[in-house]
Amino acid sequence: MAVSQKSFTQQLKKYYTFYTGGFVTFVVLLAIAEKMGVPNKWLGYCFLIFTILLYAGIGIMSRTLEVAEYYVAGRRVPALFNGMATGADWMSAASFIGMAGTLYLTGFQGLSFIMGWTGGYVLVALLLAPYLRKFGQFTIPDFLGARYGGNIVRSMGVIAAILCSFTYVVAQIYGVGIITSRFTGLEFGIGVFVGLAGILVCSFLGGMKAVTWTQVAQYIILIVAYMIPVVWLSVKHTGIPIPQMVYGTVLERVTEREKVLANDPGEKAVRQIFADRAKAADDKIKGLPGSYQAEKDALSKKVEDLKTAAASKIEVDAAEKALKEFPATPDAAKAKWAAEKGAASGRTGPPQPHATPFPGKDEAARDTTRLNFIGVVFCMMFGTAALPHILMRYYTTPSVQEARVSVFWSLFFIFLLYFTAPALAVLAKFDVYTLVVGSKFAELPTWVNAWQAVDKTLLNITDINKDGIVQLAEIVIGGDLIVLATPEIAGLPYVISGLVAAGGLAAALSTADGLLLTIANALSHDLYYKMINPNASPAVRITVSKFLLLGVAIIAAYVTSLKPGNILFLVGAAFSMAASALFPALVLGIFWKRASKWGAIAGICAGLGVCLYYMVHTYPTFIQWFGTTPIQKWFGLDPISAGMFGVPVGIVTIFVVSLLTPAPDKEVQELVDHVRYPNLAGDIDTRGT
Amino acid sequence: MQLTQNHIDYWHKNLRLTAILLVIWFIATFVVIWFAIPLAEIKMFGWPLSFYMAAQGSLIVYVAIIGFYALKMRGYDNEHGVHEGEVE
Repeated sequence: MAVSQKSFTQQLKKYYTFYTGGFVTFVVLLAIAEKMGVPNKWLGYCFLIFTILLYAGIGIMSRTLEVAEYYVAGRRVPALFNGMATGADWMSAASFIGMAGTLYLTGFQGLSFIMGWTGGYVLVALLLAPYLRKFGQFTIPDFLGARYGGNIVRSMGVIAAILCSFTYVVAQIYGVGIITSRFTGLEFGIGVFVGLAGILVCSFLGGMKAVTWTQVAQYIILIVAYMIPVVWLSVKHTGIPIPQMVYGTVLERVTEREKVLANDPGEKAVRQIFADRAKAADDKIKGLPGSYQAEKDALSKKVEDLKTAAASKIEVDAAEKALKEFPATPDAAKAKWAAEKGAASGRTGPPQPHATPFPGKDEAARDTTRLNFIGVVFCMMFGTAALPHILMRYYTTPSVQEARVSVFWSLFFIFLLYFTAPALAVLAKFDVYTLVVGSKFAELPTWVNAWQAVDKTLLNITDINKDGIVQLAEIVIGGDLIVLATPEIAGLPYVISGLVAAGGLAAALSTADGLLLTIANALSHDLYYKMINPNASPAVRITVSKFLLLGVAIIAAYVTSLKPGNILFLVGAAFSMAASALFPALVLGIFWKRASKWGAIAGICAGLGVCLYYMVHTYPTFIQWFGTTPIQKWFGLDPISAGMFGVPVGIVTIFVVSLLTPAPDKEVQELVDHVRYPNLAGDIDTRGT
Repeated sequence: MQLTQNHIDYWHKNLRLTAILLVIWFIATFVVIWFAIPLAEIKMFGWPLSFYMAAQGSLIVYVAIIGFYALKMRGYDNEHGVHEGEVE
């Protein structure tokens, strides 16, 4: 600790500038290697191995046996660097790979995530970060335990923190698995465990200290990887390298193109074919059980007819294959036809206008869409201000003032990616609408064929109406394609694709690290040290924490390998749960001295209870898992926004129950005053050791 | 630990600043969304205004709010003598 904070900051700036230069050199060297004919697969391996070794190196250099270093990085992370670390901690695989795709597919409606995931930092800055920093212990349950007294509230904090962080981390490890398997050709299951090793080397030896310095490194990689292809694409379409400033004109052209495509005869023909298919599937379902045998007979007859007519082998094989794959039971056939109907009926309408807010057929439909937009924004914002892995980061700054500035840098670094994603979505859409649509099937751009070969769910273009021309209605795009394929759409060399994969990996690893550490700390610090064994020595505490980290990581990887549900929903659910359970108790604990222990207990139970009740009774997958009876959606609000009910219920409950129970004692009042002022004469000291 | 009038003034200033900034945050978020359909009629460099706000404008407002709060509070800290001094 001989080094002063100022020269420490100077040193960090020097190191990370040097590091960024080194990384750029590495990418340039690989680009030269590509020119010299090194195969793409090896370039992919190089990126994977090099970046993971790099993180491991930082992790090993940051190993520590000091408690304050392990839990809060020694409280000396400068605001700027904490901002970068928070950016990486925050932006997950869903932001890096999924966000632009979601915007591409849903247009205006997808912007709810952009607003929600940035606006939440206003709440963090104004209502939480400076006060938590002054409190200065190690975890979020620490604050709840001290403010509301006793182990009940602390344990509820632990449960809530683990519940939302675990849901979230499963989604991250899933992302790690997908990226590693896609860019190295490893199997998904193996990809998960390679990724897990990458996660553990960052955090195992050095806890928060190691995670902080790897996250800074990961932020630099991920932002560079995100920007290069978009800037390139922007130059290609507008001649100006600042996509965020100029895509307004491109958006206008996309809107014009949408109008043309909506009335194009070729497009209409394809949509009609899908409408017919949907109807045919529907007729077959309605005709069950009779239609099952009829369909099967028709297929057998076709095989026979083709054979007698001495048709080509290809035709006979295709017919035989169709017969062989025909469902074994009428029930299986019903499921298959229902899926066919669903897929076809989703493709019978004109393209959704990208820039129009709340498209809908009538006033009521538009109002519901608007309410759901508000719901997502609300839950993402309040969830941001309650997710422990983010709030924890503000314990690591040297002072309250630095904590305030650090939230500014956090949002600034997050903003850089989030205001680029909508630009990327519009630029990619313009490419698809003008270059792909209307071209001949024989002359498709090479990236189209390449990605179709990789994965049909990411990109699939089939000549439905057999006219040899690509119609928009013939294209199926999976959201993840947008970011993954942008380098090729922009005509960049493969090395940039590798860079994008390294960026996605950095995003997923950094978030997973922060989350795993949150869970392990809640167990080791709050449960073991504070409740079970308060006499444990620092060495024992750190050892316990490390083993818990390992254990939690393995359990999370196991759950991930079961491939549970929709990733975006899992992430959204984590936000709703965090908002409902933690936000009311944390904020009222700071701003309302009268908030009492029983008020907090009742508030956390009621908020989380309402949120879980709503999700479990309205989200189809949960209904299936838990065997619950579905209920009518309240005001038509989607299950992902359950926090919109949970947060107000939690706040009101804390108010009412606090007023009905005795006021907190003098010590708690003093604690509240303590956190409200950065410095008080004769102050108590609550810093954790 | 006894709070003086000076401390109470500091806290009230903080509450007022927080409230004002939260109102701006609320307008930039929920009021803009509520009126998104009429706002889409207004064009700004090619963007419909509601699209621009949701994709960029509101985000810039958020960054500005947080930056302003950090600066202003630093001023209050010094003015009321509750700042932490130089950190070692």
